[in-house]
Amino acid sequence: MKILVAVKRVVDYAVKIRVKPDKTGVDTQNVKMSMNPFCEIALEEALRIKEAGFAKEVIAVSIGPSQCVDTLRTGLAMGADRGIHVEANSSFLPLTIAKILKSLAEVENPGLIFLGKQAIDDDCNQTGQMVAALLGWPQATFASKVVLDKDKNVATVDREVDGGLETLSVDLPAVITTDLRLNQPRYATLPNIMKAKSKPIKKMTVQDLKVDIKSDIEILEVTEPPKRKSGVIVSSVDELIDKLKNEAHVV
Amino acid sequence: ISTLILAEHESGSIKPQTVSTVVAANSLGESSSISLLLAGSGSSLQEAASQAASCHPSVSEVLVADSDKFEYSLAEPWAKLVDFVRQQRDYSHILASSSSFGKNILPRVAALLDVSPITDVVKILGSAQFIRPIYAGNALCTVRYTGEGPCMLTIRSTSFPVTPITADSESKKATISQIDLSNFKEDSVNRSRYVGRSTQDTERPDLGSARVVITGGRALKSVENFKMIEKLAEKLGGAVGATRAAVDAGYVPNDLQVGQTGKIVAPELYMAFGVSGAIQHLAGIKDSKVIVAVNKDADAPIFQVADYGLVGDLFEVIPELLEKLPEKK
Repeated sequence: MKILVAVKRVVDYAVKIRVKPDKTGVDTQNVKMSMNPFCEIALEEALRIKEAGFAKEVIAVSIGPSQCVDTLRTGLAMGADRGIHVEANSSFLPLTIAKILKSLAEVENPGLIFLGKQAIDDDCNQTGQMVAALLGWPQATFASKVVLDKDKNVATVDREVDGGLETLSVDLPAVITTDLRLNQPRYATLPNIMKAKSKPIKKMTVQDLKVDIKSDIEILEVTEPPKRKSGVIVSSVDELIDKLKNEAHVV
Repeated sequence: ISTLILAEHESGSIKPQTVSTVVAANSLGESSSISLLLAGSGSSLQEAASQAASCHPSVSEVLVADSDKFEYSLAEPWAKLVDFVRQQRDYSHILASSSSFGKNILPRVAALLDVSPITDVVKILGSAQFIRPIYAGNALCTVRYTGEGPCMLTIRSTSFPVTPITADSESKKATISQIDLSNFKEDSVNRSRYVGRSTQDTERPDLGSARVVITGGRALKSVENFKMIEKLAEKLGGAVGATRAAVDAGYVPNDLQVGQTGKIVAPELYMAFGVSGAIQHLAGIKDSKVIVAVNKDADAPIFQVADYGLVGDLFEVIPELLEKLPEKK
């Protein structure tokens, strides 16, 4: 079985983002970029499944500008076998990304597609669900535990839902999106980083995949959220309780 | 404007976030009709339907899909159901709340309809113009839907509070119609099955929707000390949160992590103990109404966003709070 993992290049989670003064977006020039943390978890899970003998090959896919190759190299250094870079110089809505992943899935025939539950830039939380719909596959989103049964061709997945966990069993092929608790992604070791340099990355274009680009959402402006005005420093617990009771009315 | 809302219900009643979604639908424009779609099976579904009919005065119709297929809220049959309903009646908008239910199902429906959905809407500016947070709320994005299909949104319920319904409007009841499912096709529907559910901590409210959240950082130093945070949360009827550092140190499980990659919270009262205020953490709490910070380090960044700061040792402050705070209302 093959596993396809989508990895997105995003502004590093530790960077304090800046909204551009012309309100067209967020500044991504000269900012540290990394693999989306949820995608790292997705890739880690795919690698563990392979290491447990349930899968033969892990393929990392990234869609975006030429620098996505760096993100793919990171994935290859973690242990993915090969990469696919779908080159795109404009950013796509999740629906278009889902269509690209669907047509890649039709070529590669993976038994599982792993994605992060959301990217920490646009926070959409849509792509996995959409790929599953387009392929007509079952979905298990927000996974915190994945157990494969190779004989039955089934994945049993614990999902993080509001106020608890839900367990689903899905027939393969399926789409799984990953939540934070699923695993702790590994760091790439130096020998593996060196090895990753010789692993293949296939370049493709959106035209190669015959995907029609949907742009039915227009971004009008991106602004900074209203700043919290700084508050007061109180000197004692009594003063704090008094403020919470009589000024803020929250206790 | 005609809106279809994917409704959530549990043990015979509509969930509050669905009512918030009705409030949001109401602000889409004038002369809007709002239909609630409930799916499930048996008497608890019918009970929820009759409650839904009077949950908000602007609900005009309640549609009920009663079948074993919908006993659990699986995305596959639900997505087909919404598509099925939409083929019979036209809707300009399809909404769900940004709960784990809505986030799981609505994008799947959208892909079936070839529509780009807009998730986590916090403000509605018109029938096709919305504001949603990006970068964990560190920026706000105003978008316009320009597509031809129905406009599909998930709604962040904390942004659309429900005003108490007066006795007068309560008497207004929407019509309830059962959906004829005889032509409902099931292909690919039986490929996922519900196995079970475990709810944690039923005594404490859910972190994402709690009115009060008490968070501890690495300064708590141990699992035992973290129990003080839990006690304080119990006293105030709140939920417990933690920073990534506290989670990484193993004081509490991962699901309590608050911040950019954890849970985003917006309670009325957020109290942070021994939390320095890393940006990823602040991103997850900035929509809280009142933020209280207690930290030994007067220069900790958390004080820049706190409404009330107390520079002090949390090991002295928490016991004193436990003693002096009034019991929860």
